[in-house]
Amino acid sequence: MASIRRRKPVEPSNTSVQKEEEEDEEEEDHSKNKHRRKSDKKSKPKWSCVDNCCWMVGYICVTWWTLLFLYNVMPASLPLYVTEVITGPLPDSPGVKLRKEGLKAKHPVVFVPGIVTAGLELWEGHQCADGLFRKRLWGGTFGEVYKRPLCWVEHMSLDNETGLDPPGIRVRPVCGLVAADYFAPGYFVWAVLIANLARIGYEEKTMYMASYDWRLSFQNTEVRDQTLSRIKSNIELMVEANGGNKAVIIPHSMGVLYFLHFMKWVEAPAPMGAGGGPDWCAKHIKAVVNIGGPFLGVPKAVAGLFSAEARDIAVARAIAPGVLHNGFQTLQHMMRMSRTWDSTMSMIPKGGDTIWGDLDWSPEEGYSPMKRKQRNTDTQKASQDDPETEISQTKRANYGRIISFGKDVAEALSSDIERIDFRDAVKGQSVANTSCRDVWTEYHDMGYGGIKAVAEYKVYTAESMIDLLRFVAPKMMERGSAHFSYGIADYLDDPKYQHYKYWSNPLETKLPNAPEMEIFSLYGVGVPTERSYVYKLSPSAECTIPFQIDTSADEHDEDSCLKGGVYSVDGDETVPVLSSGFMCAKGWRGKTRFNPSGSRTYIREYAHSPPANFLEGRGTQSGAHVDIMGNFALIEDVMRVAAGATGEELGGDQVYSDIFKWSEKINLQL
Amino acid sequence: MASILRFRKLCYVEPVKFQFFQPQNFDKKEETVATGAKTSLENNEKRNKRQPKERSCVNSCCCVIGYMCTTWWLLLVLYHCLPAAFPGFQVPESPGTRLKREGLTALHPVVLVPGIVTGGLELWEGKPCAEGLFRKRLWGGSFTEVLKRPLCLLEHLALHNETGLDPPGIRLRAVSGLVAADYFAPGYFVWAVLIENLAKIGYEGKNMHMAAYDWRLSFQNTEIRDQTLSRLKSQIELMYVTNGYKKVVVVPHSMGVIYFLHFLKWVETPPPMGGGGGPGWCAKHIKSIMNIGPVFLGVPKAVSNLFSAEAKDMASIRAMDPGVLDSEILRLQALEHVMRVTRTWDSIASLLPKGGETVWGNLDWSPEEGYACDLSKKRYLQASAGDKDTNGSDVKMDFHVKESNKNFWDTRTNRNTNSSCGGEVWTEYDEMCRETIRKIAENKPYTARTALDLLRFVAPKMMQRVDSHLSYGIADNLDDPKYARYKHWSNPLETKLPDAPDIEIYCSYGVGIPTERSYVYKLSPNDRCRSIPFRIDSSVDGDEDSCLSGGVHLTDGDETVPVISAGFMCAKGWRGRTRFNPSGIATFIREYRHKPPASLLEGRGLESGAHVDIMGNFALIEDVLRVAAGATGAEIGGDRVHSDIFRMSDRINLRL
Repeated sequence: MASIRRRKPVEPSNTSVQKEEEEDEEEEDHSKNKHRRKSDKKSKPKWSCVDNCCWMVGYICVTWWTLLFLYNVMPASLPLYVTEVITGPLPDSPGVKLRKEGLKAKHPVVFVPGIVTAGLELWEGHQCADGLFRKRLWGGTFGEVYKRPLCWVEHMSLDNETGLDPPGIRVRPVCGLVAADYFAPGYFVWAVLIANLARIGYEEKTMYMASYDWRLSFQNTEVRDQTLSRIKSNIELMVEANGGNKAVIIPHSMGVLYFLHFMKWVEAPAPMGAGGGPDWCAKHIKAVVNIGGPFLGVPKAVAGLFSAEARDIAVARAIAPGVLHNGFQTLQHMMRMSRTWDSTMSMIPKGGDTIWGDLDWSPEEGYSPMKRKQRNTDTQKASQDDPETEISQTKRANYGRIISFGKDVAEALSSDIERIDFRDAVKGQSVANTSCRDVWTEYHDMGYGGIKAVAEYKVYTAESMIDLLRFVAPKMMERGSAHFSYGIADYLDDPKYQHYKYWSNPLETKLPNAPEMEIFSLYGVGVPTERSYVYKLSPSAECTIPFQIDTSADEHDEDSCLKGGVYSVDGDETVPVLSSGFMCAKGWRGKTRFNPSGSRTYIREYAHSPPANFLEGRGTQSGAHVDIMGNFALIEDVMRVAAGATGEELGGDQVYSDIFKWSEKINLQL
Repeated sequence: MASILRFRKLCYVEPVKFQFFQPQNFDKKEETVATGAKTSLENNEKRNKRQPKERSCVNSCCCVIGYMCTTWWLLLVLYHCLPAAFPGFQVPESPGTRLKREGLTALHPVVLVPGIVTGGLELWEGKPCAEGLFRKRLWGGSFTEVLKRPLCLLEHLALHNETGLDPPGIRLRAVSGLVAADYFAPGYFVWAVLIENLAKIGYEGKNMHMAAYDWRLSFQNTEIRDQTLSRLKSQIELMYVTNGYKKVVVVPHSMGVIYFLHFLKWVETPPPMGGGGGPGWCAKHIKSIMNIGPVFLGVPKAVSNLFSAEAKDMASIRAMDPGVLDSEILRLQALEHVMRVTRTWDSIASLLPKGGETVWGNLDWSPEEGYACDLSKKRYLQASAGDKDTNGSDVKMDFHVKESNKNFWDTRTNRNTNSSCGGEVWTEYDEMCRETIRKIAENKPYTARTALDLLRFVAPKMMQRVDSHLSYGIADNLDDPKYARYKHWSNPLETKLPDAPDIEIYCSYGVGIPTERSYVYKLSPNDRCRSIPFRIDSSVDGDEDSCLSGGVHLTDGDETVPVISAGFMCAKGWRGRTRFNPSGIATFIREYRHKPPASLLEGRGLESGAHVDIMGNFALIEDVLRVAAGATGAEIGGDRVHSDIFRMSDRINLRL
């Protein structure tokens, strides 16, 4: 546009006016423009603003269409070609590679998606959600979040007391493979794995997505939707239809706990369980390939429940730009919503101080991010402490203190900290109660006294933190403690452990009696992962969440693990190595009391290496919690297992982190 | 695309609007100023002098496009601002809402069985030409691929010509879940309205199941390849248990009806061939079967489809026609491609008319005779069959002209030796020489029985494949062990219903639309090779009252299925205790008179009786909901008949 117009001013000379006008008329005839015809000579019609504008719009439209057309005409292989020119030939996808090797679909495969990654759709709603019937409220484009945020929050919340549907609202999980193949358009979760499995012959009859409503507590999915029965029946059907080949289960993230619950449920006698008999798992399951499993919970869940600040990556990425940064009111809505979800409580760290460390000790102590980088090069001979690490221990992080108020407290020796017990503190009456009624979080019931008491206790470990949550959110924890338990069993044969609330805690259940079954733990390492937090009181007390992460707490030292008020440790960005690896490294290794039949366990770690350039998208060697689902090495392992390989054939353990060393340090009776 | 437009609208509408007001003021000012100050005029003229030149062709084009875009966006904005309901147009309350107020709640789990072509198919493994379509719908959805690479699509849709299963290297599978057939194409609902209404009274994923299957395969092959029948069995058992031991209400549509008939036999048959559910399975798990638009005895359309690919199921016509079939240049070639593909689908053959001349009439007689098409005027005038001198006789003439008996199938097919017809578009017609084609044409009329022989003659390989899966006769002795074979299971005239006296069977279908019943053919004038040698003679037309138009004789039905096929089994074949229904299962006929949508706003109509549109018929939906919520056939009013089905059935002389 600019070029055309600029050329003109150069041309016209100072020739007579009349001549030009004649020319004009000729041209007018050519360009049969009605507007111009009407006009007489004196008041020459000209480029009025409308014309100009339309001209511009037209121009833009035309270019846009041309580009679209070109894009559509472009052969599909062009982007691939460009990529290959820039980065060199791409490696074969694992599916293609293994197909060439002659692998074939053998065992039926069951996917168990994790929290937040699966879609939810509306089946019955209030007036404000008109026209959204069977549309996705969660997953997909999240268009509705922007259009009617309050309505959305209302529909996504569960009942505050029962933890089930609020009256008049039914939001149900999407079923089928579409439930969690893509979380949002372009953001794959299971899609890459599915595509690769399809290459060696898998299809819908041999693949099953065990989608469930991830907001509910595990037992409630059975109570409300009979999801567990559905999974059981589907596994039975697939095993039968595939000539008796046992199923390979692939749970991801929270799905790991969900499936742990399932394995207990399916063998438990009828009223509470399914009555499948004591050998159901042995008969139907070949291997459980856990991906990024938070067996022992994640510290992130605590911060999420406590102050709604650390959320699961997927949510943050998808929603944060639009909603979360709008101010504190949004955070509180989020908090009110997520506190009605029982499932978030399944991820609270389990095992208390024995696992997660107390005030002075933690299994990971001595870890420094720098060391990781060195370790990457000279792979691993590492269980011995080299002198270097001892030096960097001078200023070690107290990971055991999951929440501490103030940076100084986080670093001080335990003897120096003065703590005042908060448990019996009087909460005091809150005056702000009336003004913030619409955003109800239980903080309004606490009053100043309670908040101060919380802050004065200073340091919370994994165990006391559960008390803390009971103190600040009594109703939620009351609901939660009916469904989940966070301790360690002293005596597993105690009849009380037959209750379903223990089923998803690996430290309070026995694995099923299935010596043939193999348990894999696949996870990424090499990404800093949240482990403990430095908190402060929030400056404005009215109507806001009274605590927030002290983002100013920062260590300027490069080596330090403290950044923005968060101590980080090795892991996959969401789950620390300890949580995902400990059970397979020690808790279940060999014949232990948690694993009486001696099912074999394998650890497969995948070192994170970020995508080399943006063309690679989310990377084929990523170790991040969700992105690892596109990791070629992991996909290859999964496919080999599905095609019949055992853990030994895969190569046994594959370890980059210090998981064995750390597990050694944990003093748990086995 | 729409979203892009909307996005652009957001970006541009604002500035455009803004500038809309200014120029008008500007123009007015111009006029006043033009007479006034000279200096300003000169300035203006200077600008004028240059600008006319800029108005080149490109510019005015852009300008026009700009105008169009702006108006388009303005209209879009207006459309979005529009209140959801027009003031003058009241959407009648949906049956779901009304029944919910009456207090109905979900009771029996519901299984939906879709029919032919309405279920989606997605690609799991394909040839290089289909790259990037993994797990995308090739069938159903927006059909964009049909337009982009039609030949590739046809190649993938075709099955193996001999086995009737996947061709090597291609895996096309049925979409599963409710999405499989809720909408066939965007905006063209199939099950969506019913699902929405069921949801209103409390149904959801756990008590509603869509039994999607690959509708191209023969029924038994869906089990062999995909274990679809086992899946359906296990789902029904699961829903029965998880919903408090409530029996299941099955709602099959169109071809789903005979698919489910096949399932009923399969599930009780012992393992190697069947599902091994034992003789009480149906009685234990099924409450009622609400057949919608059932094709129990087949549809005549299927014959012409296989014979000359000309009458296709309407859904596929509507969706595919604009792009492929109607383009003048490609027309014949396209038809042949379609024919080649459809002939590999065993399921089409399952829709061929069953029962032969006993049911469909012979050269001189047919159960519908005396039926007049001008429904509005003389619907019930021709009550007696003896009335032969009215316009009905005209019809009969064409029906039943009988020539000397040349048995064309005795003549040997001389293999076509001229190989100029390269094998690109392979239909079995290529192998027939002109001589035999002429012989076929000489043997003028074909009845339901001889039409089968005709098909066997023109397409021997297809029929050979099909004959091992399907059967079209009438059983003389149902206890004959040969009827235990699965090829008889989907033919209601060759099987017994299961021993389950508590089941109720409904035949719900639309009436009042002219439906194809028989055809007048001619030889195709085109001698080119690779063309289909026969085509419907669309020049043949009767007078206004007659049922013959465009070479097709019409009768009462729902636009696809004639009444006789949809209603006969419920009206007579299974009514009471017959040899086809030894346990005396109750049957009900529910007919819905077709009423075209009153205005454009009603879309496809709330009282439609057409084969697929009936799924949005409020009366039908209400019936389904009531039955699902526990009502029996007597409670919803027993039979509801508008057509002559009982009289027609009486005329059929079938031993019961």
